[in-house]
Amino acid sequence: MTQQAGIAADPSGFAAGTSQFLTFLLGAEQYGVEILKVQEIRGYSAVTPIPNTPAYIRGVINLRGTVVPVVDLRAKFSMEATEYNKFTVIIVVTVGEKVIGLVVDAVSDVLDIPAAEMRKAPDLGVRVDTRFISGMATIGERMTVLLDIDRLLSEDEVVALESLS
Amino acid sequence: MQIDLNQFRGTFFQEVAEHLETMESALLALQAGKGDNETLHAIFRCAHSTKAGAGTFGFETMARFTHVLESLLDRMRNAEIAVTTPLVELLLRSVDVLRTLVDAAGRGETPPPVWREVIEELDRLRGAEALPEKVTAPAAPPDSPRETCYEIRFEPGPELLRLSLDPFLVLRDLAELGKLSAEADVSRLPALEDLDTETCYLGWRLHLETDTGMDRIRDVFAFCEDVATIAIDPVNAAAAPPPAEAESKAPPKTDLRAAPREASIRVATEKVDRLIDLVGELMIAQSMAAEIMNGFTADRLPCLREAVAEIARHTRELQDRAMRIRMMPVGTIFSRFPRLVHDTAKALGKQVSLEIGGEETELDKGVVERMADPLTHLVRNAVDHGIELPADRLRAGKPAEGSLRLTAYHQGGNVIIEVADDGRGLDTARIRAKGIERGLIAAEDELSDEQIHALIFRPGFSTAERVSDLSGRGVGMDVVKKAVDALNGSVAIATERGRGATIRFKLPLTLAILDGLLLRLGEQTYVLPLVSIVESIRPRPEQVRDVAGRGEVVVVRKEPLPLLRLGGLLHIPTEVSDPARGLVVIVEHEGRRVALLVDELLGQQQVVVKSLETNFRKVEGIAGATILGDGRAALILDIAGLVALSRGELLSNAAA
Repeated sequence: MTQQAGIAADPSGFAAGTSQFLTFLLGAEQYGVEILKVQEIRGYSAVTPIPNTPAYIRGVINLRGTVVPVVDLRAKFSMEATEYNKFTVIIVVTVGEKVIGLVVDAVSDVLDIPAAEMRKAPDLGVRVDTRFISGMATIGERMTVLLDIDRLLSEDEVVALESLS
Repeated sequence: MQIDLNQFRGTFFQEVAEHLETMESALLALQAGKGDNETLHAIFRCAHSTKAGAGTFGFETMARFTHVLESLLDRMRNAEIAVTTPLVELLLRSVDVLRTLVDAAGRGETPPPVWREVIEELDRLRGAEALPEKVTAPAAPPDSPRETCYEIRFEPGPELLRLSLDPFLVLRDLAELGKLSAEADVSRLPALEDLDTETCYLGWRLHLETDTGMDRIRDVFAFCEDVATIAIDPVNAAAAPPPAEAESKAPPKTDLRAAPREASIRVATEKVDRLIDLVGELMIAQSMAAEIMNGFTADRLPCLREAVAEIARHTRELQDRAMRIRMMPVGTIFSRFPRLVHDTAKALGKQVSLEIGGEETELDKGVVERMADPLTHLVRNAVDHGIELPADRLRAGKPAEGSLRLTAYHQGGNVIIEVADDGRGLDTARIRAKGIERGLIAAEDELSDEQIHALIFRPGFSTAERVSDLSGRGVGMDVVKKAVDALNGSVAIATERGRGATIRFKLPLTLAILDGLLLRLGEQTYVLPLVSIVESIRPRPEQVRDVAGRGEVVVVRKEPLPLLRLGGLLHIPTEVSDPARGLVVIVEHEGRRVALLVDELLGQQQVVVKSLETNFRKVEGIAGATILGDGRAALILDIAGLVALSRGELLSNAAA
């Protein structure tokens, strides 16, 4: 419920003032998630596969006694797979009541993005379905795609979230 | 304000449910002749609290109904109306009516009209004069005399004042009841220099002339009856002394008050306190370890090791204690059975005495709640089909009254619940015949009695036909079995023809821990619940056969078992593809056996069950997850789901 309210009040990230985003890389593109959604960042460790689930669900990990599902964002966005390396990390986010890990190529930075810098997502030019994008921002030379992870993870049965679906 | 009240509504409904339960068991005690005046008081108090609550929350019908009920009960406890069997029956019916009223109020509906009928009946009895057969009722003293004198001795204990209790309140309240004269007993007063201002040395001899009953007088003393000696004697020679009361200085404790009662998630303070203590100890241990680490040198390694061991010990105990918070006594479900047995037996014209033991045995709340329906089913079955009619019993040389025993106790890491009756028992030959008829077994099968009895748990066994004609049991027993399976428990029957039957449940203490068998498939480890495992074998090549269109089977002792290749079902690459080179684990599910092909068995282990749904969702074929000793997550297999998955696979293969 609170989640829903949050989204309704701030449908596309155009809030007044400045928001902080954790940015990460998938291939050459830089993405950002709201830092308030991020619980922690972990190095990639062995994931226990879950049978009969979509390929982008890598499996589950033990996060201090809690079993947490891990989503490979490359696979989710239908990008070509790469080998996991020492930069590969799992960003642990909270969506509603649920805790989920996201596998990304590397984390890059924490950015303060002023509301004025945020643009609506264009229909073309990014590989990610615009439904999952809350906005775009250009800081310096670099463009960052800001993800709406609530929508991203509640779609396609990644998370059966009653409060969001 | 609206919101505030709503917050308490839940609590109200919960409490009313408890009150009704207490009333019910107290009424049944009365019925059985086991009740005394305190029982009546308990019933009255429940009705009174319910009325007060109903009034507060504006449930008018409920309030009106309980008001009539309360005043009838008031006259009963004042011995103005005798306790009779029809009256208790009516009161039991009132409890049922109240339940429907509460349900309706909970849903915000208009209550069903049946209450009007009952309220009229109650009203009629309430107004009625004392019933003539008062002598037969055990708890009913005769009519209370109109104007009686009481000689009351009131000796507060020395600690009374320290407990902030005021003896003068008693005197004042008594004075309101009638004409009171008091005489202080100062014999215990010490010399002034020895006097402790916080100790009570006084006692009183009181003489009260009143038209109220003994109970009202006793009520006045209610707040201090634990710390004072109180004797109330009617001295009016003309009136017969109320016998039940005169001898009971303090009302004897009845089973009623010992009866366990628990609502949604009420935890005994003691459990919470112990938990907090433990957390405290854990923090101390942790700070000790931190202290050692501060300026650590190699020679302090033994200290560190010890500190870590200490933390580990506390952590284990903490887990254990935390789990116990979820535990509740099985008595919470047992308490409904006296009524059920009473009603069922009455409807069938049978005589049944119910004996309950071990109701304080604790197990996981989830287990307790999910056992309620199966147990209800079994108890009803036992009365309905197990125990014979009185005439038949006498003919069989048994007492007319059948006995039904419900017992719970701990055994190892499990809780055993038994439902035992001394009825007619199971008819092995007829169950066998039925099994053959249903195609569950073949006519030439050689089965032990036990195996035959187990047939009644098979889904295909029970039918719409009255099984009581046949075996005495069977209706919906597969449902019972299913519920127990879901809890990772087991059920067994012991029976002797004509002597009775005992159904024995073995249940895990908690749903949070599972006895599992660890197995390997390729690089992955999976856990299989141990209860469902029958055996594991390495089949010879000739035991494995391919049945056209039906998949593979493994023939074990002439029985063809469907072979499920776990690796294939779970899409996991495995080492072994030839069953004769791997291992086959035979598991039982709903009375059917299937063989699972695995790479290797790694051993048996207790695992802590974690839900996948907490952060993910339900996955077919997977019951949950756990964390292994090396910190990795492992999945727990769900046999029912795997069987369903394999069927789906077969279908899609057939279609392709």
